[in-house]
Amino acid sequence: MSGKTLYDKLWDEHLVKQRDDGSALIYIDRQLLHEVTSPQAFEGLRLANRKPWRVDANLATPDHNVPTTDREKGVDGIVDPVSRTQVETLDKNCDEFGILEFKIRDQRQGIVHVIGPEQGATLPGMTIVCGDSHTSTHGAFGTLAHGIGTSEVEHVLATQCLVQKKMKNMLIRVDGQLGAGVTAKDVILAIIGRIGTAGGTGYAVEFGGEAIRSLSMEGRMTVCNMAIEAGARVGMVAVDDVTIDYVQGRPFAPKGADWDRAVAHWRTLHSDDDAVFDKVIVLDGAAIKPQVTWGTSPEMVVSVDAQVPDPAQEEDPIKREGIVRALRYMGLEPNMPIEAIKLDRVFIGSCTNSRIEDLREAAAVVKGRKVAASLKQAMVVPGSGLVKAQAEQEGLDKIFIEAGLEWRDPGCSMCLAMNADKLGAGEHCASTSNRNFEGRQGFGGRTHLVSPAMAAAAAVTGHFVDVRELIQQGGA
Amino acid sequence: MRPFTQHDGLVAPLDRSNVDTDMIIPKQFLKSIKRSGFGPNLFDELRYLDEGKPDQDSSGRPLNPDFVLNQPRYQGASVLLARHNFGCGSSREHAPWALDDFGFRAIIAPSFADIFYNNCFKNGLLPIVLDEKVVDQLFAEAEHAEGYRLLVDLESRQVKTPTGECFEFEVDDFRRHCLLHGLDDIGVTLEDADAIRAYEDRRRDSAPWLFGAIGRD
Repeated sequence: MSGKTLYDKLWDEHLVKQRDDGSALIYIDRQLLHEVTSPQAFEGLRLANRKPWRVDANLATPDHNVPTTDREKGVDGIVDPVSRTQVETLDKNCDEFGILEFKIRDQRQGIVHVIGPEQGATLPGMTIVCGDSHTSTHGAFGTLAHGIGTSEVEHVLATQCLVQKKMKNMLIRVDGQLGAGVTAKDVILAIIGRIGTAGGTGYAVEFGGEAIRSLSMEGRMTVCNMAIEAGARVGMVAVDDVTIDYVQGRPFAPKGADWDRAVAHWRTLHSDDDAVFDKVIVLDGAAIKPQVTWGTSPEMVVSVDAQVPDPAQEEDPIKREGIVRALRYMGLEPNMPIEAIKLDRVFIGSCTNSRIEDLREAAAVVKGRKVAASLKQAMVVPGSGLVKAQAEQEGLDKIFIEAGLEWRDPGCSMCLAMNADKLGAGEHCASTSNRNFEGRQGFGGRTHLVSPAMAAAAAVTGHFVDVRELIQQGGA
Repeated sequence: MRPFTQHDGLVAPLDRSNVDTDMIIPKQFLKSIKRSGFGPNLFDELRYLDEGKPDQDSSGRPLNPDFVLNQPRYQGASVLLARHNFGCGSSREHAPWALDDFGFRAIIAPSFADIFYNNCFKNGLLPIVLDEKVVDQLFAEAEHAEGYRLLVDLESRQVKTPTGECFEFEVDDFRRHCLLHGLDDIGVTLEDADAIRAYEDRRRDSAPWLFGAIGRD
């Protein structure tokens, strides 16, 4: 018999009951909650007169609707009354059911997928769910983590379990070393470009290979975060010293004898050498260049030195129509160089790229340079209050402000524009977020997904440029 | 949950692949704390020419005449015919809520995104995967014949065309069972409460650090 994959191990460890009809009850160790996908779940509990099965398995924070300015006003600083009601509803629900919530004025507040790992609420070997598709982020810690809908949020609150069917196993191996200026974001965009937005549908994906192993935890989180943009609900990386070093000392991480016991178990969380995957994809890390999306789906991506595609070259009629439609929406011409795309705004933030390392990477590029006069706005939104404090301690805020970027308060912000931060119709934005769908960052807005380094390079030039050229030049 | 056994309905063809959940229901409408009322904003950016706002009466807004659901022949449609990777993107259950609120009962496509597919079953909405060639054929028939209807039968796992042609589809036994009987699956899971408690006791012994670390200050 062949060995087990990491996914097989995590599945087996959490199996409560295998049912005759092929479905299984899987135990959930941690649920993260935010204001957008939880109100109807709490309401459902109340209507059925149910209580949460295990209060201490949950952690909540408001992130999607929170403003990124005037935070000292707390909930009263949310101008939109509908947004305010949603945040107040989360507060009320957590108070009523006794769930720990980092409220809007708590320094630990932030994007759920940033604060879970930061607090040690995300631990290797866990099953983690959240009513948010980017829950795959937590798979970077060797966890089985995925997004769920609101009905399942209610199901987990009420039963601590989910009804699941086992997925297939996929390994995406990125061999070799990444070049200077090429980051985790470029790796995952290149992967999505290769396998498409549905390439991972039905699979739990494990990312491996030398290039992945060489990434920091922040980088691994960026890769796993966007597994869902390749269609895979679950993205994972095996546990190693990098994982364990990151977790040690976090507020909710085990301590003392529990720590030693936990580490011994966590060291088993990798695929066995003889494990068999249903599908294996291999990329050469050294060949990956900085990536830029040109269209309205994350798979519409090319290297920064390439051109916008020409639909006339596409043979598949449905794909051709997709390209034509995307170019029309994006206001781009076939065959124009990516570097010729003029930008209106730059957004550095989101659960994909708002951690300390992302901010360091962007600051290193803008240091000593100025935001291009042609831009309407360039903003940096840290992923949590603690990331913000750390960045300020390192003086990154000053570098950004001196260069002309806005330094904001933590939240999801312009990734999906549920708060006041959004694009105007027709505006092009270099964004470190995860989705370039039509209207995602604002009605009629045009999103180009890039790494923090590439967004920073775009901010100081006003258009896309290969960040490796700026790095070579050094500070201005 | 409303049971689903059989449904005969007018078909609307949405000829576009990778329809994402932002397209199905844009983010400004996710601010609601209710499960209902999303129908008027289904496909908001495709359906209307202006920008939609939450808590707005959509009846007087300018419609996009080119959008399929605005065409007179598709009024009252309850079976949506779609393309590859329908429902990709976010986990928002507001997407199936909006489709349901608008009046759709079934969606037929060559493939669906995983989370969306799962969310449909929780809301009495049946997503059906059919072979791409079959979907092509249904698109051609629906666009050709005004008033084209399909009969969707969950009991026999079949889609029947007006000429009597039958296409079988696969669906998990558990999901089918819950949908046929309109079961509350939390109630079904709680029938296994003893098994969950037994598992939890074992886990508390093997991984005590997973319990009690997070609590109210």
